[in-house]
Amino acid sequence: MIEQTILFAPLIGAIIAGFGWRIIGDMGAQWLTTGLLFLSCILSWVVFLGHDGETHIIHILDWIQSGTLSTEWSIRLDRLTAIMLIVVTTVSALVHLYSMGYMAHDENFSETESYRPRFFAYLSFFTFAMLMLVTADNLAQMFFGWEGVGLASYLLIGFYFRKPSANAASIKAFVVNRVGDFGFALGIMAIYFLTDSIRFEDIFAAGPELAETQLTFLWTEWNAANLIAFLLFVGAMGKSAQLFLHTWLPDAMEGPTPVSALIHAATMVTAGVFLVCRMSPIMEYAPEAMAFVTFIGASTAFFAATVGLVQNDIKRVIAYSTCSQLGYMFVAAGLGVYSVAMFHLLTHAFFKAMLFLGAGSVIHGMHHEQDMRNYGGLRKKLPYTFWAMLIGTLAITGVGIPLTHIGFAGFLSKDAVIEVAYAGSMGGYAFWMLVIAALFTSFYSWRLMFMTFWGKPRGDKHTHDHAHESPAVMLVPLGVLALGAIFSGMLWYSSFFGHTDQVAKFFGVPYAEASEHGQAAEGGDTAEAAAHGEEGAAAAGEHHYAFTGQPGEGAIHVGPENTVLDAAHGVPAWVKVSPFVAMLTGLVLALWFYVWDPAMPRRVAENQRPLYLFLLNKWYFDEIYDFLIVQPAKSLGRLLWRRGDGDVIDGSINGVAMGIVPFFTRLAGRAQSGYIFTYAFAMVIGIAVLVTWMTFIGGAE
Amino acid sequence: MDNLLSITTFIPAIAAAILAIFLRGEDAAAQRSAKWVALIATSLTFIVSIFILVGFDPSDTGFQFVEERQWLLGLKYKMGVDGISVLFVMLTTFIMPLTIAASWGVTKRVKEYMIAFLILETLMLGVFMALDLVLFYLFFEAGLIPMFLIIGIWGGKERIYASFKFFLYTFLGSVLMLVAMVAMFSDAGTTDIVTLLNHQFGSESFSILGIHIVGGMQTLMFIAFFASFAVKMPMWPVHTWLPDAHVQAPTAGSVVLAAILLKMGGYGFLRFSLPMFPVGAEVLTPLILWMSAIAIVYTSLVALAQEDMKKLIAYSSVAHMGYVTMGIFAANQQGIDGAIFQMVSHGFISGALFLCVGVIYDRMHTREIDAYGGLVNRMPAYALIFMLFTMANVGLPGTSGFIGEFLTLVGVFQVNTWVAAVATVGVILSAAYALWLYRRVVLGDLIKESLKSITDMTGRERAIFAPLVVMTLLLGVYPSLVTDITGPAVEALISNYDTALAEAHSANQLAAAQH
Repeated sequence: MIEQTILFAPLIGAIIAGFGWRIIGDMGAQWLTTGLLFLSCILSWVVFLGHDGETHIIHILDWIQSGTLSTEWSIRLDRLTAIMLIVVTTVSALVHLYSMGYMAHDENFSETESYRPRFFAYLSFFTFAMLMLVTADNLAQMFFGWEGVGLASYLLIGFYFRKPSANAASIKAFVVNRVGDFGFALGIMAIYFLTDSIRFEDIFAAGPELAETQLTFLWTEWNAANLIAFLLFVGAMGKSAQLFLHTWLPDAMEGPTPVSALIHAATMVTAGVFLVCRMSPIMEYAPEAMAFVTFIGASTAFFAATVGLVQNDIKRVIAYSTCSQLGYMFVAAGLGVYSVAMFHLLTHAFFKAMLFLGAGSVIHGMHHEQDMRNYGGLRKKLPYTFWAMLIGTLAITGVGIPLTHIGFAGFLSKDAVIEVAYAGSMGGYAFWMLVIAALFTSFYSWRLMFMTFWGKPRGDKHTHDHAHESPAVMLVPLGVLALGAIFSGMLWYSSFFGHTDQVAKFFGVPYAEASEHGQAAEGGDTAEAAAHGEEGAAAAGEHHYAFTGQPGEGAIHVGPENTVLDAAHGVPAWVKVSPFVAMLTGLVLALWFYVWDPAMPRRVAENQRPLYLFLLNKWYFDEIYDFLIVQPAKSLGRLLWRRGDGDVIDGSINGVAMGIVPFFTRLAGRAQSGYIFTYAFAMVIGIAVLVTWMTFIGGAE
Repeated sequence: MDNLLSITTFIPAIAAAILAIFLRGEDAAAQRSAKWVALIATSLTFIVSIFILVGFDPSDTGFQFVEERQWLLGLKYKMGVDGISVLFVMLTTFIMPLTIAASWGVTKRVKEYMIAFLILETLMLGVFMALDLVLFYLFFEAGLIPMFLIIGIWGGKERIYASFKFFLYTFLGSVLMLVAMVAMFSDAGTTDIVTLLNHQFGSESFSILGIHIVGGMQTLMFIAFFASFAVKMPMWPVHTWLPDAHVQAPTAGSVVLAAILLKMGGYGFLRFSLPMFPVGAEVLTPLILWMSAIAIVYTSLVALAQEDMKKLIAYSSVAHMGYVTMGIFAANQQGIDGAIFQMVSHGFISGALFLCVGVIYDRMHTREIDAYGGLVNRMPAYALIFMLFTMANVGLPGTSGFIGEFLTLVGVFQVNTWVAAVATVGVILSAAYALWLYRRVVLGDLIKESLKSITDMTGRERAIFAPLVVMTLLLGVYPSLVTDITGPAVEALISNYDTALAEAHSANQLAAAQH
């Protein structure tokens, strides 16, 4: 019952707030949805902390049943789901609370309009869809959640429905996501074709078999596991705004800021990472597809960080930062260390949501000014917001004590990703991209801090004079998230990135002691192995363990050859220190550019004008897509309509058979009803012929 | 009840006769009575048809509620429903009261208008129930006449052109079908559909005029039927009559056209083409699958370029029918289940979308997209309803639109991955044109002076939409309501199809070996 309550409380809130706000009132709708979300959140923590690593499936209702294709509405509860439950409900509950302050007055609506219940209903609906996504036990239900969050995102990006830019951004988000869904949907079809099921249990069990199967798809034969993994990842690229399908995310900042925090930072955009981790039993058998995942992840991390360097809109900086951090998660997942991908997902949810909510607090305090060039010196005016943003910045840039496990959340998770990248890519492309991205991350994050809170007030004096700290409902969520940004890394380090046995136990995967020859010495179920693991840890920690789960056992599957997790612990010290050095370098550069010598950025921009414009215009992706895809599609549509339908089809058919139409039309003009009889007459003759024929034939027999 | 089907079918016709004979005058009272008679008759039909659904046994894959009588000239009157047709019957009886209610504002020749719709309902129901070839042909062809009148008399400015285009396209297809029916009768010696379903038509290849015809007689017959059903459906490239007909038809006419008349094509494929001419179907399947995939992409692109709301939705209908033909000729469980589901669901969704256009057309008397913008400011309830059906049209999971698309795609993937991939592109394009339409009509600020006093939906309008909203969501969340009924019948259809194909192949091989 707990699980059902977690899942449906937000939906009930959304429905009542959306349709019943006239009865319960503006405030009633807000408190109801927020209250139900907090209920969901508390229960999620109960489930997470009490979770034993075993997979439970709770059946709710049958869904699509057609032949062997059988899907249900149900809840799959394992460690991955439990992690996502706390991430989604915690951030969502806090964002609901925060929105009560942030949305209290909005210049986009007149005082008499009730826009708040609609906003809260959308937020709660989003949460419901996201929970459906993470609790799905089959791909169809996951797709339901996947599209459902897309709808919520569309509605919330376009929340200011009078703004043309918001409407354009919402369509862009939906359509670009649909491009990703194109891949996702084909992936589901391929899976059903090969395994005769789209339930996770059946798919996972078929993992090894898929690795041996060839499938003819389009022009050639593919390895089935690789093809499926690739197609599903295309879906993930759309939802998680990875390179080539990222263009919607920065535009999505048109939505109100709490939306950006919830959907476009902490939860929805991480769905792609979740998908890759969820499908680990397939991914493990798809080495080429996983190499692609790693490559795209690393490239995105680098690309988005470069663009983030020069953006002036405070929300866009954070949006590119999100894009970049998602790239980190994909690198970890692509290298087969799903636990670390989830680790970064978890910590990132806390500190990125906090950065967004902090930015929202600044925007709120500055009367909806978003251009950082008009900020400056806000430290005194917004003291609590300043501290929250500072903690967020320390977390995202990865501040901590090198070579220990003490530091802000990002220090532990991001460094874990970078170590994994080194171990998994043999110090190659992914590692260097991520280290450079870490330097850029530090630079743009501190740039944001310095431009906003340091220096002299710039821009409209009136706005600065009236800048004010936000109300308590907005500051409390910041405080709670700050706890997460500081402690979540240290708290769960060993569960996500500890020794193999610790990670295996956390995710409910069977494991065994590995002998020196690298063979699994002992099998055994989880309970047995867990008991053994404690002994082993007590003994000395000299033991090496290996994952021994079959695909589908436990929340993630790690193949026997996949030892990246182990290897990541043994990387050289300089690798472990490299992100820290990158962080320091970025900080010093930011100090130099924005505190010590504020004229510097302008000089650099002028000296390197082409490069600056290239970055400022986001590598011209929007322009290129518009030129290559959007405009051609529109002209093709016009061409097919005017020439195809009009000239070719109507022209030829009319020309041959319908030349008589004008004739008939003229006839009809004279005798209004004559033509009907012509038709009726033709039909009667037809039947007469038929009947005569049958009488003849019938008589002959 | 032995003649439940006949009762259902002829209630509207009787009501039409009553109107024609007893109602006199054109005053307001007479108009009101005409509307009420039509509404009561169609509602009664729906209520009676519920008994069909309740009494229907899905596990029985044969025909149920069968009625058989001698008729004139040695012809038989035979009716019956099975798992494939029963839902079309229900769809028809469900939609008709709504279309009558949506026509409450008609002022021109109300009596004749209602008679046309009532006759049309009888004829449509007859198509889905007829179990005799001649009877089917009668219903199928006669159904064109009231629709033709509805467009030609109550339509827009270009109604004469549109009604003739509609008539000629569909009629030319029917002539070929008539020829094939005669050929079927001469081959099988009966017009009984149940017997014909078990009859093997010749499939040995032969040559006419130097053209080698694979699949022989079956292929020719298949093509003849295909000509009729493909136009009806409509399939690319014989779809161009539909946008014109929709644009000119009155709202209720568009609803019936999209929701029910188009489904006759799909029903025909399932009742005749696939089970009676399996070899012919097999020969032409690649062509049809490609025509479907092209239809989806082509018409979706064309929809992007439209300036007229009804045309846009009409093109979107053609694209959605592409999924149906694709699913049917995938000839597997998911494909055909999905095709039937898509047809039923499209009945609700496209019907609702045309009603959505009707709501604002009644107020502003224009269908130009550019004439609108920012309606949400004054019509929030309308904006919500339109959003729901836009999303259903886009195939959002949770609405019925998703299930049909998903199942047909899953079905066709097993047959041809190219077609599946091309058709899936439609998923992207449909989002683009539907949201673009919604944005231009509903969103934005309300700037246009003419729209400043527009009013939100009335109670009557809301009541018309309510059943459609319920069905769209209900079938989206619990599609077993449909698949439980169609499943066994489709399974039987496929196993017969596969057996017939296997037999024909081995027979032809034997024949080839003997030569």
